[in-house]
Amino acid sequence: MRKNLNVIAAYSIMMGLIILVGIFQSWNIALSIFNLCLISAVMTMGANIQWGYAGLINFGIMGYTALGGLAAVLISVNPVQEAWSAGGSNILFSLFLIIGMVLAVRYILKKYDKSKLRTYIIATIIISGIILVRFVSEPGIEAIEDVNPAKTGFLGGFGLPIIFSWIVGAFFAGGLAFIIGKVALGLRADYLAIATLLISEIVIAIIKHEDWLTRGVKNVIGLKRPAPYEVDLQQTDWFINLVEKFNFSKLNLIQDFSERQSAFNQLVIEGSSIFVKLCYSGLFLVIVIILLILTQKALYSPWGRMMRAIRDNEEAANAMGKNVVKQHLLIFVLGSAIVGIAGAMLVTQDGLFTPGSYRPMRYTFLIWVMVIVGGSGNNFGAILGGFAVWFLWIEAAPIALFVINLTTSGLADTHFLKQHLIESVPYFRFLMMGIGLLLIMRYRPKGILPEKIEIK
Amino acid sequence: MDFINAVILLLNYIFVPALTYGSQLALGAIFVTLIYGILRFANFATGDMMSFGTMAAILFTWYFQSLGVSLGVLPTALIAIPFAIIFMIFYMLLIDKFVFKYYRNQKSPPVQLAMVSIGVMFVTQAVVRIIIGPSDRRFFDGEKFIIKAGEFKEITGLNEGLAIKSTQILTILVTLILVSTLFWFLNKTKTGKSMKAYSDNEDLALLSGIDPKKIVMITWIIAGILATIGGTLYGLDKSFKPFTYFNNMLPIFAAAIVGGIGNPFGAFLGGYVIAFSEILLTYAYKKFFMYVLPESMEPDGLVQLLSTDYKFAVSFSILVIVLLYRPSGIFKGKVL
Repeated sequence: MRKNLNVIAAYSIMMGLIILVGIFQSWNIALSIFNLCLISAVMTMGANIQWGYAGLINFGIMGYTALGGLAAVLISVNPVQEAWSAGGSNILFSLFLIIGMVLAVRYILKKYDKSKLRTYIIATIIISGIILVRFVSEPGIEAIEDVNPAKTGFLGGFGLPIIFSWIVGAFFAGGLAFIIGKVALGLRADYLAIATLLISEIVIAIIKHEDWLTRGVKNVIGLKRPAPYEVDLQQTDWFINLVEKFNFSKLNLIQDFSERQSAFNQLVIEGSSIFVKLCYSGLFLVIVIILLILTQKALYSPWGRMMRAIRDNEEAANAMGKNVVKQHLLIFVLGSAIVGIAGAMLVTQDGLFTPGSYRPMRYTFLIWVMVIVGGSGNNFGAILGGFAVWFLWIEAAPIALFVINLTTSGLADTHFLKQHLIESVPYFRFLMMGIGLLLIMRYRPKGILPEKIEIK
Repeated sequence: MDFINAVILLLNYIFVPALTYGSQLALGAIFVTLIYGILRFANFATGDMMSFGTMAAILFTWYFQSLGVSLGVLPTALIAIPFAIIFMIFYMLLIDKFVFKYYRNQKSPPVQLAMVSIGVMFVTQAVVRIIIGPSDRRFFDGEKFIIKAGEFKEITGLNEGLAIKSTQILTILVTLILVSTLFWFLNKTKTGKSMKAYSDNEDLALLSGIDPKKIVMITWIIAGILATIGGTLYGLDKSFKPFTYFNNMLPIFAAAIVGGIGNPFGAFLGGYVIAFSEILLTYAYKKFFMYVLPESMEPDGLVQLLSTDYKFAVSFSILVIVLLYRPSGIFKGKVL
């Protein structure tokens, strides 16, 4: 109990801050912050597994998040029959061509020894394969994008409940990580960082511009929800009764009947959006807790010990007979898969998929700030980092506004400096993040909750 | 005649733009490579440092414009650049003193320094956006074109026009002057040679009496000059927007690594490799083939290898291929 005191203290402060937001701003804001904190916590857990357990730098978090989001679209949207009949066969045929190409290359790689001839043959297969695929897929893509472009213009998905996409998103992201890991894991730490950063940009470019699959920058809106809709809730009896029960004493204070009715209606509308957010919080909390248990178990298992040994001294671990390359690949895939889950969760919560909104600042570097600030190698630290940093990210603007008003209180409201500062309030969040990161790295390099290794 | 038309077409749409873009990338890439070679970390704040320098240049340009100072046909920004450089160097040395110095003295691993540079990136980005705002700004004044497409057509009587913007020539000229001065400095002067020695083997350099503090300071000064000029030239040619500058970091990194990180000459050429491959692969060659081939063989489609949306993806793919097959870059890295 005692040794966990700082963990408990840190988490209670965090929850206290969110509750304060609920009291002073509104419960709606507090809950949306809480939900995004939970999603960020999942992302940081993924990054923490890679960086904290194994010392691998992955700056491609944005790419995996976007793939998770793509999974949410492909799973939940109803299939567009017209588009399938227009160009589906071409797309399927090109898919088979790609698979055939990969198999052919693999066969040649296995069968023949390394030689110049082999390299040329592989290059010919790949180049002719790409030309062939383009030739086959182009008419299909054009046909699909012509099907009602204002509303669909893409193949659609499978029409399944969106919850499944959380698993599928993990598989998508894990699959991409497998390919990247196979290719890039041999690189030195900083090269790996740059390579993953660039690969994630390529992933985003593909998602943005392959309209037949993702609708691209036209966005997909109105995804199905796992939670009830506010409009429906406002008309269900049990919910109205519940709101009445909660606010009974408050409503009784209002004497006038019509006034009381309108206040009650307002409460029902507010309550419905809070209820929906609570449903999401519940779902996300379940995921966070499951992942936390799994990662904690893994950390203190023989496998976790081996990972730390590899991280701390690769050569020694290798000499002890541990397969470093294989373990690195495994942990790279696992961590990325967790990020993929987070990506799917994010799209589920928003109910829309906007490829244009995936930017490295928000989805890669901010997550890294969370990991470093929270404490790499410590799952509780990573989750706390996700909470604390996201909270600051959202609340930075109000805080900055308060500080600006305080420091420039001597100036008139029309003074140009004051006006300029107030206009640029949104950018103070970058400043706070940067200064926070620099301070933590300087004075508490292991994060708020540092890694603790108990030897049992 | 058709053949000349085809050549002019390529010059107009591929060669001149790629040369300009390549020069801008090359300056950034040399910046990355210098920091990597001497301070030994990948600087993720590159793009934002360039945007900081450009911001300073824009502010000085506005100041001069308000005073009524101008260079006639040349952009006013040229007078502003030296002042901006001083401002920028001051900022760089400040950051080094308060941020990077500590980790250098601790002999932290490069990864940690890279993380710290992310903190610097956040701060610089915030400062730039707070001071000048995130919107798109143009600060070019003076004569816009050296040759206009229409004039060129009239003079030569060809179908295709060749338009050369003054910023393009300016960019290429300034880059050449700057880079040749830099190479002269690195190869011929005593300080430059000691920088090379420090980059090559730190301990040996220290043993032979090279002052590391001086080397670090000079590196930041050169980096400041490169970042300011590179950023300002890009801003003059296109426009200044902090987010674009942040994104430019990616092809710049690609250029530095393709050329062999730590090798300035490689970085210089790497910039052009990236720029040319981006533009060559995404250009639609339909018109070119219309000129070159006989009428019966004219292509139907655009004859475009990749859509322009994948411009960035091209440079990154080149980078990934180079990293896999020649991790030290096309021109062996790590010899400043």
